[in-house]
Amino acid sequence: MTQILNRDLNPDLRSASSVVKTKMAVRNLDFFYGRVQALHNISLEIPERIVMAFIGPSGCGKSTFLRTLNRMNDVIPATRVGGQVLIDDHDIYAPGTDVVELRRRVGMVFQKSNPFPKSIFENVAYGLRINRVTGSSSELAGRVEEALKDAALWNEVKDRLKTSALSLSGGQQQRLCIARALAIRPEVLLMDEPASALDPIATSKIEELIFDLKKQYTIVIVTHNMQQAARVSDTTAFFLLGKLIEVNATEKMFTAPNEKLTEDYITGRFG
Amino acid sequence: MTSLTALCTLLAVTALLIILSYIAWQGIGSLSFQFLIDSPKPVGEGGGIGNAILGSLVLLLISSVFGLPLGICVGVYLSEVGTGRLAGAVRFIVDTLTGIPSIVTGVFVYAIIVLPMKHFSALAGGVALALIMIPIVARTTEEMLKLVPHSLREGALALGAPQWRVTMGVIIPAAAPGIATGAMLAIARISGETAPLLFTAFGSRFFPSSLNQPIASLTVQIYNYAISPYDEWHAQAWAATLVLMTLVLGINIIVRFLTRKRF
Repeated sequence: MTQILNRDLNPDLRSASSVVKTKMAVRNLDFFYGRVQALHNISLEIPERIVMAFIGPSGCGKSTFLRTLNRMNDVIPATRVGGQVLIDDHDIYAPGTDVVELRRRVGMVFQKSNPFPKSIFENVAYGLRINRVTGSSSELAGRVEEALKDAALWNEVKDRLKTSALSLSGGQQQRLCIARALAIRPEVLLMDEPASALDPIATSKIEELIFDLKKQYTIVIVTHNMQQAARVSDTTAFFLLGKLIEVNATEKMFTAPNEKLTEDYITGRFG
Repeated sequence: MTSLTALCTLLAVTALLIILSYIAWQGIGSLSFQFLIDSPKPVGEGGGIGNAILGSLVLLLISSVFGLPLGICVGVYLSEVGTGRLAGAVRFIVDTLTGIPSIVTGVFVYAIIVLPMKHFSALAGGVALALIMIPIVARTTEEMLKLVPHSLREGALALGAPQWRVTMGVIIPAAAPGIATGAMLAIARISGETAPLLFTAFGSRFFPSSLNQPIASLTVQIYNYAISPYDEWHAQAWAATLVLMTLVLGINIIVRFLTRKRF
């Protein structure tokens, strides 16, 4: 853990976040499950190639908000969205948006690892196959290897790519799901509590991985674990009861937050 | 409580064992290799049920060709595609179809296929059996697809897969062992049907030559021999029953074997 913290404080990586452009911008977003309003007027900017963490108590809407960023909520019946979500200045809720294309650009890793009941290789190759990314089978194998290396899983599975993905341990399965998402080279990677079901060792592997990945990807991570948010993120957003309370640089957020509510939550006065 | 349930179990198992052993005892005497491959002969000349075994297999094949794809498609619709009232109505109709007495299915096929064609046929028999299969296969397929975790659907969608590719490439393969089990159980179920075949496939004393002709089946042959006045035919009916029972038992054992591999 100390190793991660030391890297977290690396000034080169830190300063990079302040100069980059905005990757995604959310403007006045409302979200409804039927008649229940789950998100209230949220506006937020996600800069490119940083790690942004969403924190807040259970049911505060942080996962719902995450899922609006690649329209995963579309599959839930009777949901409704108001406001805008822009990626590179294009509104993803505008009519005629290709949702399939959007989800290629904005990948997602879920709380519970969900490998397909296929081989390790086929799991990673799935996104490449359906999106017809690769022409030849050697190119496909190359991309799969690359994704598994990016997800720090290659050395553990390279000799058994044809075995079932379900034979992997929980932590390995989650890294496989990350590899699967990385294989199609998304621009943004959404992670919904990716380490909440894992033991500390597997968790620290995922956290190290997130740290490496932000060189290439914009990462948004939902977490219940405030230490985790402090360890991996550059910017932190605090949600409460469907409202965005505060967005701030992570060090600032955990040392001197602007809002009283944020301070109360972080110091454990509620939630 | 323990003794009561044990008693009930004992009764049920005993009944089953008595049926099985009685059929085996009555049937084994007339069973021979020749009996399994010969076609029927007039009373007193022996003969066998080779044509009926082949006929039953042909009927199972025809009904599977029609019934399995249709039933699986309906199941996929109910689980993956259909929503709201229409799906509810379809599900209700499928449930009702499951409960229709098989003789009614036979009469229906008689009316829509046999009467216009003006003769009984293997095809009509196959269609009648398929109609019995469809609702069984549809519901088991639906149940098996619903057992596939929602997280797999989301995982595939999040990779940019369109709905139909999620269904075809992830959901159906994940449920495939269960769907296969449902299909085998439906086949086992219809292989014992007699009523829908009586006036569709009708029966025949010869080996099948065309799907457009009446065809023999084990069940109808057993029925015809059992109601005949000849002791020899009664004995052959018992032997044919033993063969049919072994066939159904075999299918069920295969099903058990296939399901055992699931985890």
